Amino acid sequence: MIRRDIVIIGGGPAGLAAAVAAYDAGSRDILVIERDDRLGGILNQCIHNGFGLHTFKEELTGPEYADRFISQLTDRGIEYKLDTIVTDVSDTRCVTYMNGSEGVVTIEAGAVILAMGCRERPRGALGIPGFRPAGVYTAGTAQRLVNIEGKCIGKRVVILGSGDIGLIMARRMTLEGAKVLCVAELMPYSGGLQRNITQCLDDFGIPLLLSHTVSRIYGKERVTGIDISEVDENRNVIPGTEIHYDCDTLLLSCGLLPENELTRQAGISIDRVTGGPDVRDDLETSAEGIFACGNVLHVHDLVDYVSQEASRAGQMASEFVSGRKRDHLSYLKVETSGGIRYSVPQYISPKEMEDSITVRFRVDKVYRDRKLCVYLGTTKLREQRKNIVKPGEMEQVVLLKKDLGSASGTDTIRICLED
Amino acid sequence: MEEYNLTCIRCPMGCALRVSVAGDEVTVTGNTCPRGADYGRQEVTAPVRTVTSTVPVTGGQIPVVSVKTAGDVPKDSIFDVMRDIRSASVTAPVKIGDVIVRNAGGTGTDVIATKAVGIKD
Ligand SMILES: Cc1cc2nc3c(=O)[nH]c(=O)nc-3n(C[C@H](O)[C@H](O)[C@H](O)COP(=O)(O)OP(=O)(O)OC[C@H]3O[C@@H](n4cnc5c(N)ncnc54)[C@H](O)[C@@H]3O)c2cc1C
Ligand code: SF4
Repeated sequence: MIRRDIVIIGGGPAGLAAAVAAYDAGSRDILVIERDDRLGGILNQCIHNGFGLHTFKEELTGPEYADRFISQLTDRGIEYKLDTIVTDVSDTRCVTYMNGSEGVVTIEAGAVILAMGCRERPRGALGIPGFRPAGVYTAGTAQRLVNIEGKCIGKRVVILGSGDIGLIMARRMTLEGAKVLCVAELMPYSGGLQRNITQCLDDFGIPLLLSHTVSRIYGKERVTGIDISEVDENRNVIPGTEIHYDCDTLLLSCGLLPENELTRQAGISIDRVTGGPDVRDDLETSAEGIFACGNVLHVHDLVDYVSQEASRAGQMASEFVSGRKRDHLSYLKVETSGGIRYSVPQYISPKEMEDSITVRFRVDKVYRDRKLCVYLGTTKLREQRKNIVKPGEMEQVVLLKKDLGSASGTDTIRICLED
Repeated sequence: MEEYNLTCIRCPMGCALRVSVAGDEVTVTGNTCPRGADYGRQEVTAPVRTVTSTVPVTGGQIPVVSVKTAGDVPKDSIFDVMRDIRSASVTAPVKIGDVIVRNAGGTGTDVIATKAVGIKD
């Protein structure tokens, strides 16, 4: 069997940053595997600006941000395969891929980095009554059709779901000359970044209808119209509240799910809340030597954080390959409560961790004037005022090794919001 | 004195800004970095945006190339800029930074490519 030191699955921003960091940490035998015909992942279709301010101190578009990392990869001469899909990963780090020129190949890897990104929640899961005519797209598919294939997809558009892709597409379709009638959101808050509501909806006077959903789709061959109704606090349609819109296109922007088929097949433990693998502070999953980063781990809104996280995964994978062993008994579970849905990482070793670790998390609804508190056992380590926290925006807190040093094996680290 | 509550759009942090205007005096609070203060001041006096879109490519590996205004343009000229972008086209190869439209919408700002597109083989 072929042996490689580090195999990275996915050539999006996460895979690219991981490869560069692994190289810079001393590894040379690195292979990036990408199923698409170019590197860059989802960034190739995110043609809007707003990427990389934290990493490069300038505001780039998605393709430009990807290009910076692709250059870093090629400058180092790191090997990558395009048009190549990974079909299997085992918990013993055997990676099987397939492509047109080599057929099916299995590699034994010293370390594996999962960087497969995420996919859209499928439209079938939404259960809207009515036919399934043409003109109904998920927002990400629409984004690819318009921004990469140059297709025109519709003239009068309604968008269901206020996730970032939906908001970005509302502006994009408007600039392309379409009329975006409204964005309807089931929840009483938007799932997207506030800046996208400002510059994609408010700039063009597109209404955002919170606590509303599509209650009916009209048209047999092609969408001819839809009804939008208000929903109650249990998200059930309130009869009699429907408003009819004549439209030819409905975009569904209802969230992203980490792409973890391979992870599951490998028997790696998955966090039920994030939909991604659960990881330790070195981003290692439950399988030794298999690391995860980027949207496959949990859905990120900011590519800068993806790159940061992925760099750590690359560095840790490189250290693992050079023989660094960690004490697996020293891990403490990070628990979340009081409105915090999850944290990444899920486990931290006070003994093995670096001097500090950034823990990222999301909340379950909008909270104002709360305190973000971190406890070790019953001792409060940290308290931070939060004017506002929202589910659409990932939050973070930094934990210091010196604060965790006193932990005993049975302690847990708890992150919560308090009044 | 007038007060505005804005969201800074200079980066995805999206800081909540409070901007007060008293005559020529504009004060901004709530910003995490200096770019936020600039944004707040600009937004209440002469708002600007970066415009991004795509332009068809003849003979390229992919049918369209992504483009952006090389700098910010007045918010009021977004649709003038788009009119020029929508009537433009290019021939492959295209490099990042190639000028696709000069002086788009009469704003004095060029529209440049944000993706490289090779020649179709
Ligand atoms: C529409 C949209 C708008 C966004 N806007 C912004 C923004 O304005 N600013 C910002 O900072 N961030 C933004 N983001 C967030 C950021 O772009 C993403 O979080 C980031 O691109 C995720 O990177 P990734 O590498 O984890 O995933 P991806 O970019 O999805 O890359 C994963 C790659 O893995 C490949 N792959 C998957 N499975 C396999 C397999 N089995 N074999 C081989 N290859 C495989 C895929 O083809 C893909 O190329 C946006 C995201 C989206 C979706
Ligand atoms: S004030 Fe600075 S940190 Fe805050 S959103 Fe604006 S640019 Fe970003």
